[in-house]
Amino acid sequence: MASVSLKNIVDEFKLEELTSFGNTEDILISVADVTRPGLQLSGSYEHFGADRIQLLGNMEMAYLEMQTAEARMQKLDQLMGRGIPCLIISRHHEPFPEMVECSNRYSVPLLRSPEVTSVFMSSLIKYLNVELAPETTLHGVLVEIYGEGMLMLGESGVGKSETAMEIVKRGHRLIADDLVEVRRVSDTTLLGRAPEIIRHLIEIRGLGILDVKELFGVSAVKQQESIDFVINLELWDERKTYERMGINEESTEILGIRVPSITIPVRPGRNLAIIVEVAAINFRQKRMGYNAAQALTDRLFGKSK
Amino acid sequence: MVKREVIFRCPEDMQMKAVAMLIQKASSFRSNIWLQSGERRANGKSLLGVMSLGIQDQAELEVTAEGPDEDDALETVVAYLESSELS
Repeated sequence: MASVSLKNIVDEFKLEELTSFGNTEDILISVADVTRPGLQLSGSYEHFGADRIQLLGNMEMAYLEMQTAEARMQKLDQLMGRGIPCLIISRHHEPFPEMVECSNRYSVPLLRSPEVTSVFMSSLIKYLNVELAPETTLHGVLVEIYGEGMLMLGESGVGKSETAMEIVKRGHRLIADDLVEVRRVSDTTLLGRAPEIIRHLIEIRGLGILDVKELFGVSAVKQQESIDFVINLELWDERKTYERMGINEESTEILGIRVPSITIPVRPGRNLAIIVEVAAINFRQKRMGYNAAQALTDRLFGKSK
Repeated sequence: MVKREVIFRCPEDMQMKAVAMLIQKASSFRSNIWLQSGERRANGKSLLGVMSLGIQDQAELEVTAEGPDEDDALETVVAYLESSELS
């Protein structure tokens, strides 16, 4: 099961560690939900998920403020004694002394963020959704062309990297060469990025390994991109018929999401980079509601009436 | 499709070269070759892919070959990974 360590969360959101037990690396979060434990503080633990991050904002802090010191102690002890991963205070509130005490008692880190609770909560959930999303690795190349994430798939030696290089030289961006880590971050969105160790590297047969970021600068690369379109590259097969009109909608399934795709036959002398670039533009146009093949059909058959 | 598990043996400073050699051996076959290390899987003919596995000496790998010459391919790749020709 996917998980993310509390240390990564602390680093990502630059959280202040009010108490620290040196265990943030070992505390693993595996659910993307975040709880604001108002009900729990008032005593109800029905359906309580102890594996969730607990977040205290204005409301919870005001409620605790109203309590006597003993009641506060008892309520916080109940909450923090349940094995929660951590307690985060937003809006830069000062922690109650009872909080620090309970935190020490159960070695539950007490963290603090200066941000507004709802804003922090939504960015934390978004971050967790990305980190905990179902993941797979694909052998392919991911580039971004005019804002569209284009994933090129195909066997080794079909020319994916060379095509990516030319696409980059035409002013677009490389996200990953050879190996793409794909995460399903929502029911409609796939995000692709390169494994850190080979990020922004590209291998061209005959040239070797190139660092695209060092060679062409930061405008030639991107950290991650959604996968909007898949291009299957395959060696030209004489017995197969290829799409001529562009009226059929083909799709490729990745992690249960159907991504629009096309299959491009590769033959020496075909400029793949331009074909991929035009495919991206054409895809955008279709999304904006214009389909050239459909328009031609309308012109042919609509006019004859 | 055929597969087998191997332990990769290679001294620290030779890894880059070892991987490059492995790719060359894998690329000489028509079959698709996959290397799996833990959760990650890479195409055996892709240099960056295999490097991204971050395999080190004594790493456990699963090699899969699929295609017309899969038995030969598996045999050659496994033999190379185990032999540590470089050490």
